[in-house]
Amino acid sequence: MIRRELEGEDPDRLYTVTRGRSRADNDDLDLVTLIVSKAEPVPGMQSEHARILQICRSPTAVVEISAELGLPVSVVKILLSDMLAANQISSRNPSATRAGAAQLPDAAFLRKVLVGLHNL
Amino acid sequence: MDSTISDQQSRVPLRSTATEGLKIVVVGGFGVGKTTLVRSVSEIRPLSTEEIMTQAGAGVDDNSGATGKYTTTVAFDFGRISLDEELVLYLFGAPGQERFWFLWDRLFAGTLGAVVLVDTRRIEDSWYAIDRLEHHGTPFIVARNNFPGSTRDLAAVREALSLADDVPLIDCDARDRNSAKRVLITLVNRLYALTSARETL
Repeated sequence: MIRRELEGEDPDRLYTVTRGRSRADNDDLDLVTLIVSKAEPVPGMQSEHARILQICRSPTAVVEISAELGLPVSVVKILLSDMLAANQISSRNPSATRAGAAQLPDAAFLRKVLVGLHNL
Repeated sequence: MDSTISDQQSRVPLRSTATEGLKIVVVGGFGVGKTTLVRSVSEIRPLSTEEIMTQAGAGVDDNSGATGKYTTTVAFDFGRISLDEELVLYLFGAPGQERFWFLWDRLFAGTLGAVVLVDTRRIEDSWYAIDRLEHHGTPFIVARNNFPGSTRDLAAVREALSLADDVPLIDCDARDRNSAKRVLITLVNRLYALTSARETL
């Protein structure tokens, strides 16, 4: 566990990035939801939004966007939630495992995972 | 943002056909080799990011003031494996200590399964992680990262961990790609066995 003060990360900046919110409106966004841009950055756009549109020209997981921007996952989810609402991006949500930890994926799906791992 | 152009060029984009992200979590104590294992099989250099721990979940001591909820973060790292045209597996290295589990539901709900990476010199580091995985109902296997000088046989490790007989326990070398790959295959085989058992009920 790495616990530390937010080095060099001005809390006010996080507050500004999210316009004061701490939770996304859209709860469907998972760490591994894949985001794809539907628009190009335009001048005057919030810089984080512009970066996200650049990064997501190819599908990119929420957690990768978080790492690229150097922003906490929940902050990125708030940004993405706004951009989804504005139809600037689309999302590809995980289906097989979404129902929660108690639910196992089906055998056919796991076979695909195994084939992929064997082919590494 | 202060990323340079070379940063952006070092990104390895996913295939445009990728549709489905999967999660597997590698849990273990500090220095047990989580990141090493992730690096061994990942198609990208492992990346690191963080999540905010709120006062409500974490019991952060000083949460006075308007920005109190932003006082603490938990960092974790991850790698990525494209399994086929559609499936992308994300491997997360997660610290096993107590405070981390406050974030489990938010970050790792829907995880396929977990690998508990064990260093037999500090076996007690793993007890809490195993307890928490059982609590969350997350299927898991245990892999002993073979450090030089760890001579205990696996039966003794199983006993020390009070591990049920049906939970796979294997040796691995986290630095070795094939060994890391075998750890993942062992986990997915375990999931497959659990699923098959359920489907034949």
